[in-house]
Amino acid sequence: MKSYFARRILQLVPVLIGMSIVVFSIIHAIPGDPATVILGDHATPEAVKELRTEMGLDKPLISQYFAYVKSIVTGDLGNSLRTKKPIQEEITPYLAATIELMFASMIIATVIGVNAGILAAWKRASWFDNIAMFIALVGVSMPVFWLGLMEQWIFSEKLSWLPSIGRFNAREPIEAITGLYMVDTIIQGNWAGLWDAFKHLILPGLALGTIPMAIIARITRSSMLEVLESEYVRTARAKGLSEIWVLYKHALKNAFAPVLTVIGLQVGLLLGGAVLTETIFGWPGIGRYIYDAIGYRDYPVIQSGILIISTIFVCVNLVVDLLYARLDPRINYK
Amino acid sequence: MKVNFKIFRTLSILCIFLVAGCSDKESDSGNKTVNTTESSKNSTLIYGRGTDTVTLDAHNIVEAESSRISKNIYETLIDYEKESTEVTPKLAKEWTTSDDGLIWTFKLQENVKFHDGTEFNADAVVYNFERMMDENHPQHQGDFSIFSRTFKGVIEEVKAVDAHTVEFKLVKSDATFLPNLGITPFGIISPDALKTFNDKIQEHPVGTGPFVFDSWIQNDSLTLLKNENYWITDLPKMDKIIFKIIPDNSARLTALKNGEIDLMEGINQSDLPAIEKDMNLQILKRPAANVGYITINTTRPPFDNVKVRQALNHAVNKQGLIDAFFGPVASPAKNMTPPAVWGYNDEVKDYEFDLEKAKQLLVEAGYPNGFETEFYVMTTPRLYFPQPEKVAEAMKSDLEKINVKVKIVTYEWATYLPKLMEGDYSIAVIGRISENGDPDNFLNTMLYSKSSSNLSKFSNTRIDELLIEAKNSIDRDVRTALYKEVQEIAHNEAPTIPIAYVESPMAARNYVKGYIPHAIGYESLAEIYFEE
Repeated sequence: MKSYFARRILQLVPVLIGMSIVVFSIIHAIPGDPATVILGDHATPEAVKELRTEMGLDKPLISQYFAYVKSIVTGDLGNSLRTKKPIQEEITPYLAATIELMFASMIIATVIGVNAGILAAWKRASWFDNIAMFIALVGVSMPVFWLGLMEQWIFSEKLSWLPSIGRFNAREPIEAITGLYMVDTIIQGNWAGLWDAFKHLILPGLALGTIPMAIIARITRSSMLEVLESEYVRTARAKGLSEIWVLYKHALKNAFAPVLTVIGLQVGLLLGGAVLTETIFGWPGIGRYIYDAIGYRDYPVIQSGILIISTIFVCVNLVVDLLYARLDPRINYK
Repeated sequence: MKVNFKIFRTLSILCIFLVAGCSDKESDSGNKTVNTTESSKNSTLIYGRGTDTVTLDAHNIVEAESSRISKNIYETLIDYEKESTEVTPKLAKEWTTSDDGLIWTFKLQENVKFHDGTEFNADAVVYNFERMMDENHPQHQGDFSIFSRTFKGVIEEVKAVDAHTVEFKLVKSDATFLPNLGITPFGIISPDALKTFNDKIQEHPVGTGPFVFDSWIQNDSLTLLKNENYWITDLPKMDKIIFKIIPDNSARLTALKNGEIDLMEGINQSDLPAIEKDMNLQILKRPAANVGYITINTTRPPFDNVKVRQALNHAVNKQGLIDAFFGPVASPAKNMTPPAVWGYNDEVKDYEFDLEKAKQLLVEAGYPNGFETEFYVMTTPRLYFPQPEKVAEAMKSDLEKINVKVKIVTYEWATYLPKLMEGDYSIAVIGRISENGDPDNFLNTMLYSKSSSNLSKFSNTRIDELLIEAKNSIDRDVRTALYKEVQEIAHNEAPTIPIAYVESPMAARNYVKGYIPHAIGYESLAEIYFEE
């Protein structure tokens, strides 16, 4: 197990190198000039040229790439071209915001998705199955943008139940420790703040969680259908075990492996792909951070941001692979 | 494995409880939101905007979202009137100028203190300008690009005459010197803070303004607190101002309707009627100190021919474009400077929309069968062009009626701007926003042959002479006459097609009072208050 783990970590290195080359090439291949964008439409050509030199953009691409790799290896993610601040400092709060949102949406997606999938498989071809799978189909094809705006319209504007934007009530700010406000408020014993942060998570979490929820429900259902046909489930039922016990203890255990894979992949997608949700809900996450950086051609931010997201993505999938072994004793990593 | 499933089961149960809990408490929580809003309403204003500030180091500001904050933390020697771009005293209470316009002497306000308690005086002003001017200054950290563009080669020396008198010696007389002193990059920073924080000053801004910096969560919110020792008595009126970022216009409006913010900018034109009907909201308008126009590359045939340019001017249905794509916030433009800026020439008679006349001009120019051209459009909406691509599509169909075959080429902003500045285009959509409310800022920048923002690459000896004369003169009447003549010639020479002057609508809760949006794009929020 340990050697497998070490091997997987080592495999990360070529993946990240390859990724950094691809990202570097693409962002330098797209036309556009950060110096002009930063200085704006009133800038003089001299000022633009001076700024390009200062940012090192006049050097050959190869040497720019190696300078970048060198700083990454020494643990320096570089400085933003636009704000001039170290990316390490800048990126942490964005990352925390995205992780909190991702957790919320994955919890919503997994809990509802898996349960709906199990029930749909158990009551196959019933009205519940039909409705749940219809909703899942709609969920998969739902534009997040539209869903988010509808949620805001119904739950904030019309019903006034939930706040529409942000991570907390701006009039009663929460002090950041880890940047995960649900955790921070618990540490501080700030229960009103916890409730506030929780309420702010519901709408964006639901919007972001809808597509994974639908996918998870469908996968769970098909996987459960297969397992429910098998001999050992019949044996379990014959033994007189309660249906819930059969479903959740015996059947789900074997049906869960493909669901876990999907969860792992979705986590990766949510990390970088939450731009739309973050935009609508004014959520200061990493998706928006990178998206804005692309608009400004802020090369170091784009590079380092994508690097961090890919690293997390690879790690999450490593964890998923390790969980496989615990789920299915036949899988043995050596 | 058992552990995994226990977690899973626990989560399922927890979820059911939460859903149940929510439905019980939802109405309760709704009330609670409103209650906290009501109780803290009288002290905290939340201003919703689309993008974040870049820097709080006043001297290194280049864009409006940094200026919006800076304007409230720092102050400049002069300011602009609340409802016009006329110069008015601020940190300088009065000033005189020598006959040749080279020496400007400013008497400073006394008893003004920076937020760190240190005294504002002539030495502070000198320290600030030396930071920008002198490359060997210990805090000369940054690009100082606005200073380079505005005052490099203009200011020779800044010196303190006495504790509260400062003298600027200029290289040459420059009419824009005084209005330029009022733009945010020339805000006065506490020299002590500069020495303490050095290049970290942008995280610890210290000025003399009505609000003191409190905190900044990037891409989320920026908080300012009341300056309890502000030198103007009874100001500011709010205890706290929070600038909240909500990138999407519709979501921002929902937050306003929901009471999560009090004031917002960036409204979709289609939302205006609904806001007008909403009893809880009011619409405020920021005057148009901008012009959206089509720039024509006058060095490229056939556009080097003035008749072709005039023909294009006749082929644009400005009112139609405005009705369809700008809405009630815009008015048709006929000059390259907006009416909100003094010196506007209202006697210029705009080219009427007349396709026959346009065709006739093309025949006279030697293009009876028209020609083909590329039309560059940015994909990014700007204040002066809320829907650039749609405007281009509509213009294309009119131009084709006079046999000008147009191919629309789109680029996003980061690619677009360099292309235009290099003159790598034929005709293109663009615009300009005022920086200092002076006509020079429009006419000189866009029409002077040596200006880098003269995107049309237009060159006219008479216009150059008039612009130089106007810049060197400090007599307002003389300058007005000169600028009017410039606009007349520019109209006839047609290096551009002015399309629209665009006001920016803002919306606020009804209780927000004392807020006057300024044409320049940002303003001091010291006088804003909530009506009981």
